[in-house]
Amino acid sequence: MNVRFRCNGRAVEVDVPPMSRLLDVLREELRLTGSKEGCGEGECGACTVRIDGEAVMSCLVPVCQVDGASIVTIEGLGASVVHPVQTAMLQHGGAQCGICTPGLCMSAAALLERNPHPSREEARVALAGNLCRCTGYQKVVDAVCASLAPEGS
Amino acid sequence: MSAPVTALFRPRTLNDALKMRAEQPGATVMAGGTDVMVYIESGTLKPTAILDLWGCSGLRWQQSITGGQFHGAGLTCTDVLRSGQSHPLLEAAAATVGAVQIQNRATLGGNICNASPAGDTLPVWLALKAEFEVASVRGRRRIPAASFWQGYKKIDLRPDELFLGILIPPLFGHTHFRKVGTRLAQSISKVVFAGRYNPGVDACLAFGAVGPTPMRCLKAETALVAGAAVDDVVQLVREEIAPIDDIRSTAVYRRQVAGNIVRRWLTSL
Amino acid sequence: MSIGTSPPRRDGLEKLSGRALYADDFRPDGLLYGATVRSDRAHAKILSIERDPAFDWSDVTVVTAKDLPGPNIVTLMTDDQPILADGITRHVTEPIALVAAPTRERALAAANAVKITYEDLPSLFDPLLAEGHDVRIYGDDNVFKRLHIQHGVRTDTTSHLIRGRYRTGLQEQLYIEPQSMIASPRADGGFTVRGSMQCPYYVDRAVKRMLGHDRLNVVQAVTGGGFGGKEEYPSMLACHVVLLAQATGRPVKITYGRGEDLRATTKRHPAIIDLATLVSPEGELLELHARLWMDGGAYHTLSTVVLSRAILHVGGPYRCPFFDLEGTVVATNTPPNGAFRGFGAPQAQWAMERHMDRIARELGIDPLELRWRNLYREGDVTATGQALQDPGAFAVLRAAEAAAAAPVVRKTVRPGVENAELREGRGIAMAWHGCGFTGNGEAKIRGKVALEVRGSEVAVLSSSTDIGQGTETIFPMIVADTLGISMDRVFNTEHDTGIVPDSGPTVASRTAMVVGGTCEKAAQQLLGRLRKEHGEGDFDSLLQRWRAADRGLLRVEETYEVDASVVWDPETYQGDAYPTFGWSCVIVDLRVDVDTGEVIYDRVVTATDVGKALSPVLAEGQIEGGTLQALGWATAEEVVLDARGCMRNDRLTNYIIPTALDAPEFVTALVEIPFAGGPFGAKGIGEIPMDAPAAAVAQAIERAVGARLDSLPMTPERVLAAMEIR
Repeated sequence: MNVRFRCNGRAVEVDVPPMSRLLDVLREELRLTGSKEGCGEGECGACTVRIDGEAVMSCLVPVCQVDGASIVTIEGLGASVVHPVQTAMLQHGGAQCGICTPGLCMSAAALLERNPHPSREEARVALAGNLCRCTGYQKVVDAVCASLAPEGS
Repeated sequence: MSAPVTALFRPRTLNDALKMRAEQPGATVMAGGTDVMVYIESGTLKPTAILDLWGCSGLRWQQSITGGQFHGAGLTCTDVLRSGQSHPLLEAAAATVGAVQIQNRATLGGNICNASPAGDTLPVWLALKAEFEVASVRGRRRIPAASFWQGYKKIDLRPDELFLGILIPPLFGHTHFRKVGTRLAQSISKVVFAGRYNPGVDACLAFGAVGPTPMRCLKAETALVAGAAVDDVVQLVREEIAPIDDIRSTAVYRRQVAGNIVRRWLTSL
Repeated sequence: MSIGTSPPRRDGLEKLSGRALYADDFRPDGLLYGATVRSDRAHAKILSIERDPAFDWSDVTVVTAKDLPGPNIVTLMTDDQPILADGITRHVTEPIALVAAPTRERALAAANAVKITYEDLPSLFDPLLAEGHDVRIYGDDNVFKRLHIQHGVRTDTTSHLIRGRYRTGLQEQLYIEPQSMIASPRADGGFTVRGSMQCPYYVDRAVKRMLGHDRLNVVQAVTGGGFGGKEEYPSMLACHVVLLAQATGRPVKITYGRGEDLRATTKRHPAIIDLATLVSPEGELLELHARLWMDGGAYHTLSTVVLSRAILHVGGPYRCPFFDLEGTVVATNTPPNGAFRGFGAPQAQWAMERHMDRIARELGIDPLELRWRNLYREGDVTATGQALQDPGAFAVLRAAEAAAAAPVVRKTVRPGVENAELREGRGIAMAWHGCGFTGNGEAKIRGKVALEVRGSEVAVLSSSTDIGQGTETIFPMIVADTLGISMDRVFNTEHDTGIVPDSGPTVASRTAMVVGGTCEKAAQQLLGRLRKEHGEGDFDSLLQRWRAADRGLLRVEETYEVDASVVWDPETYQGDAYPTFGWSCVIVDLRVDVDTGEVIYDRVVTATDVGKALSPVLAEGQIEGGTLQALGWATAEEVVLDARGCMRNDRLTNYIIPTALDAPEFVTALVEIPFAGGPFGAKGIGEIPMDAPAAAVAQAIERAVGARLDSLPMTPERVLAAMEIR
């Protein structure tokens, strides 16, 4: 099946089986390997991308469903200017081994767009679909709550 | 892993969807994919034909209509949480489904038709005496939630029918939702409860994950309305549910917790 | 100076932008995908390995034990574990055959089409029955190791005898990146192995021995967590991909799915620990008798040293005039257990801390007061006869109490729980943790680090990998500060065994302290060499003179030498067990839902003696992450085995680790009691966060709802049941 969508602002077209996982299409067809596979069943969140703005598990999205959609992956998050959450994660030590980090950043970015000033608890709710085994989440939450002031504000 | 799907149907309108359903009664119906994709990945489902309703208009709306409030089957948990128009019981349940990324894709219709006994929203429909609207090219029918789940993963939906939505009648009374899992997000229920109690009028004590289907405790409800002591109601709840030992919990725990939740709620009213 | 500040981690932007390349992100030309055919029996003779004739094998390569070029041994401590089971399988999920195919789907399908016939043998799962059991799994008696330490003087004062049995279960490391490895053929007939690993030289040694030649280099890819789970296991996986690459002449990758990773890879050793103490009426410990059993699973892996660390830590941070400690680790027919953060010490100290609570209960002494009375003081002697210098037990206790004085901000409870009865409880527990290898480990390894001046930059060559803890950042900081230059000019090279010397494995809380110390000495050696040739001056002016004299490559190599004052007798287990100890105190504030037994973690205060916080943010990150892993072990994480010893809850939906919502707010106090043998005074901190939290949780639950639990995990089911007994 030919599937057309926008990925990180670029129009792309892939010819793949319709039920291919979006995660595989991103990693194998488009060679965007920043989205990671930690479980393959929508539990760990390492594959989180944004489809039309919403954070989703790309391992659970069949590619046929993104025909015509606009997708942002970690590679597109800070492509031109580093996203405030990435800066804050760097400063606050929110990344350790880094395997869950792209997914966390995508969930955080989706949260911050709707809620630029999240409380710590709101941040925890928004990040609860991203398992991290390194940080204990403290510094991730620190970073997300500290990235509420993008440049200029 | 991609499945060897040979036919994919992506209707844009409800009419098309019903026609395709009639022609392809064997196709696997999928909306947000959060269950179907897991089954495919784990090898428990090997669909050859898929009817994808994600892009189908006419399923993702919510409105007050005569006789109550209608929720389209295609509404996601996130839609419910953002609308602010849904019943608090439903909002509470939707907020406990998976995590944000799942809530963004998981639909009400999917949760209902997947029919997992642990489905988080299912007791809510029982507690709210919801009616389910299903349709085929032959016409529409309404099914009370209480008779929709007929056995483990067995639902009252004919091969040519699609699930359109849920009608919640106007009801009164105290309500309570409680989900017990091992963690606070990304958790599959060990016990899930939705209750509604209108003293002297009616009551509904509905559970998930304590039997092969979501279920009401009818004897306990009758006793409650009749003014029985809370301990007696709790005792009946524990007798009526049919929990099992499984990978997530034990029958003993489920039975005890189910009763405790009901006791806590009723004594706090 | 960069030491003591928290510069952004070196690999941070790469990881945050998704550019960092993990093993599964590599796809070399001609790549084939491998898959593993595993035993579905606990203990059986393998009668035949056959290909399903109905399957299309045209593009599939199959490898079995018969195809091995060298000894069928995963080289580690003992030679008991085969690379591929040959003739007999001793645990479910044991690898029996390998396949390679052009796609992952084909490889998995082919693995399913390899049919194995077995003749079942009796199997053994109870570690308490293992010794001398008719079912033979290891050696003559199924005992991997028994260790006995006796030290001190028995007393005959009036005392109370207090006994208890404590248990811990299996725990999965649950790195978020599953095991992954690629082997690529080299032009010289050898191989390059690239993958997710902690210890490149473990892999290097194992594969070279299998190959029977040295044409091999092993490169660490960016690694998505290890926690011990990528200490020894990757050696086997590397042997597998090399076998397939050799058989096909093409690069081969194996990346485990999560289910396979959960079922097949190592876990934390379960333990059963009996403690008996004689205690004075005032609560002073007079004698500690410990009998500890650990379940090693079907092969030895690192069980001997896990046992040794358990026994050496079982007394906790408490003085005692007489120790009689015995531990046994045995073989059973479960998948082998292995390294996991803490390495036996968490199990042992869970027991001792619960036992301290039991003593407090029986004597009617406050548990905190009991600890005050018994904590190690300066000059106290441990069970190995080691006299402690600067023990930090009191310092961390005071620091934790100070940090916990602030009011607890309770979490908002989620909808549905607003009417619940949540009872508050606070628990406190303490731990010590020996930093670096036990005993003469470092003397055997003699870890090396090289520095090379490249242009204006200094390259650090080591095999110490960054698995999240921050090696890529810490080593440059140490070297830069020692040389007196900006850390921007110092970088770690790729950890490629073809280039870097063997610094020893990335384990045992030794990387910053031991290898970091070697980095410091290497930098001193570099400066010394320049000064010897060119007189006084700062690094840059000396370097200029070196260049002006056209002296060529400037490279030094430093070897870690154990301080001659450190004495250790591996036969009697007497002497200096560790070069130094870290100390920790944990104060947990939680609430228990009396209706469900669920625990809500509100706040966890930790105070940890880190020697010197080289980078406070990285140090806090280690401690917070380790503490949450311990909270998971305490109340959520349980491995459920079926009758064959196979993990039933092999998914992330049913092996439950904490989410951001489950995690408490952490208050992390770093206490700095410098260790002269560590760089800038630093001690190892990787593992100590795992030691104390579970016991603090148990005490807090006991305080909250009266449930006394001596076995881990304390799932809601068990908490609720224990409340009922009350």
